[in-house]
Amino acid sequence: MGHGPDNGPRDNGRLFDKVWQRHLVASPEGEPPLLYIDLHLVHEVTSPQAFEGLELAGRTVRRPDLTVATMDHDVPTLNPDGPITDPLAAEQMSRLRKNCEAHGVTLYPLGSADQGVVHVIGPQLGLTQPGMTVVCGDSHTSTHGAFGALAFGIGTTEVEHVLATQTLRQTKPAAMAITVDGELPAGVTAKDLVLGIIAEIGTNGGTGHVIEYRGAAIRSLDMAGRMTVCNMSIEAGARAGMIAPDDTTFAFLEGRQHSPKGADWERALDDWRSLVTDEGATFDREVRLDAASLRPVVTWGTNPAQSVTIDGAVPDPATFATSAEQQAAQRALDYMGLRAGTAMRDIGVDVVFIGSCTNGRLADLRAAAGVLRGRKVSDGVKAIVVPGSARVKFEAEAEGLDQVFKSAGFEWRSAGCSMCLGMNGDILAPGERSASTSNRNFEGRQGPGGRTHLVSPAMAAATAVAGHFSTPGDLEGAR
Amino acid sequence: MRAVHKVQGRAVVLDRPNVDTDQIIPAAWLKRVERTGFGPGLFSAWRTDPEFVLNQPGADEAKILIAGPNFGCGSSREHAVWALQDFGFDAVISPSFADIFRGNSIGAGLVTAETDEQTVAALGATLAADPAVTVVLDVAERTITVPSTGLSFDFALPDYARWRLLEGMDDVGITLRHADEIAAFEAQRPDWLPSSGPRTPAMT
Repeated sequence: MGHGPDNGPRDNGRLFDKVWQRHLVASPEGEPPLLYIDLHLVHEVTSPQAFEGLELAGRTVRRPDLTVATMDHDVPTLNPDGPITDPLAAEQMSRLRKNCEAHGVTLYPLGSADQGVVHVIGPQLGLTQPGMTVVCGDSHTSTHGAFGALAFGIGTTEVEHVLATQTLRQTKPAAMAITVDGELPAGVTAKDLVLGIIAEIGTNGGTGHVIEYRGAAIRSLDMAGRMTVCNMSIEAGARAGMIAPDDTTFAFLEGRQHSPKGADWERALDDWRSLVTDEGATFDREVRLDAASLRPVVTWGTNPAQSVTIDGAVPDPATFATSAEQQAAQRALDYMGLRAGTAMRDIGVDVVFIGSCTNGRLADLRAAAGVLRGRKVSDGVKAIVVPGSARVKFEAEAEGLDQVFKSAGFEWRSAGCSMCLGMNGDILAPGERSASTSNRNFEGRQGPGGRTHLVSPAMAAATAVAGHFSTPGDLEGAR
Repeated sequence: MRAVHKVQGRAVVLDRPNVDTDQIIPAAWLKRVERTGFGPGLFSAWRTDPEFVLNQPGADEAKILIAGPNFGCGSSREHAVWALQDFGFDAVISPSFADIFRGNSIGAGLVTAETDEQTVAALGATLAADPAVTVVLDVAERTITVPSTGLSFDFALPDYARWRLLEGMDDVGITLRHADEIAAFEAQRPDWLPSSGPRTPAMT
């Protein structure tokens, strides 16, 4: 009934089994196994109660050297060097600073060159490596699985547990393979691929499972694309998503601040090359997709599975199979202010948001800027771009992307989670409609009454120019 | 965490699938640095509708929430569990729960009773007939009963989760019994694994 088997290692040679097995500290009778955690990422919003609990119990952080903190969820993206005007956000940041100082945890605070969205900075610093276990009090920790790490989100009680013990109790999830064969058509991105997968298996299709993404279309993705895919594993309900490391992974990691160096690099490579699912291994569930059948995707509803291709239209709730699904679809249309049958290209937007742990990396900004070069944002559309980290911002500016965005009429902001979850004041007004490169189109996610449509960075940029949902290809004729 | 043996009281039905944690507690509420005080934020967007189930007479006394499948999907925010508890709920009954929400609930002492769609529908019909009826959820027996009508159902809850709820055990305390094994594990970790602290120079 939804959750994985309670007992026993079932090591049959899958990537997931290999990473799981090497982190087993203890498998006590009648208790879930104890798993060692190699990297614990911490941010200001889900940690204050954990540090408080730790201190009330008279405990300390067991491995501050395996714990890394940053500020991302409620940091301002305008004037980040000025005073924090939101007193509650200021209190959370001040608590994090004090907690990190008290316990010797490395912190990349607002203003630091390495500050940024926690799932952007981990890989950027080389802290996320193949075969590791990575946790964070944030569901999008699944992002780090792009490196062949086992990475998953945890709650605050578990954050406290990891701080105190550097371990977690985990019932072993089941394993699922999603194989994407063939080649992605031109104009179809990693975001379209993962939204297509979620539409196929549903928002709970991965519940109780760790997904391994496989196949030629996955192999052909760069690390940014792989992170986008693994990031949204949680939107299919999966515990984690993983991609076996390969030369693309190793090329990304080589030379990064925390990557192994010299002889260690060679030792690490030998180890990492073993992190593949063995020939003939089987999965608890297997799903196969043909990349050639995928098209650019846009969501129409209030969960990430409610999507159609850009060529499609808002569906008619009556066409859904069960009355529960019909009611859910009708409820979504009512919230979104949409009518069945409206072509997606005919839906206008008020706001375009480019950023987040899903699509806030340099490659994402390049893709969007490539569409915007020489073009202008449509009248009446507010468009903002929020780099995923201070370093992404710096690198984007070094290659002039900020000028492309600004010339087109985008606001060029500082790093943070921003409008993905709207904690920092970057929100939609009630009834406003966005094209957003983030990960969740839940009711009110980007502000009370706000209406979110999830898209890729390229489609977000094209939509900003056209004023309604569009692909970059659509703009060619209109130039 | 306090022990939970039995949950007994009124129940309310939230007949929606895929209720995500952004609905349970919107992000604006996540700025608190305490574990308490989240009750007023519970389903705050939906509570603006006078017809919403939590706005009905007696709902403020409810101990059990009966919800559609995939309850608690989305964000890992444990604040969702704290909000349900702060409002007064001690248990949620659903055909399925999202993984992180289930883990957070057990850790904080909120019972996640997984049952089938038919049971949820039968409970819904019973509550439609009498919204004030007492529902009893027994953690040790893993049963849901309605004493006044004689209805009785089983629910699923993993053994370890059941044990933790019954004992009210501090999970960190249980784990620290394995401190020697943790230390032994650490002693054999490869030294090239990343660390934010001072790195031991590689052996040459």
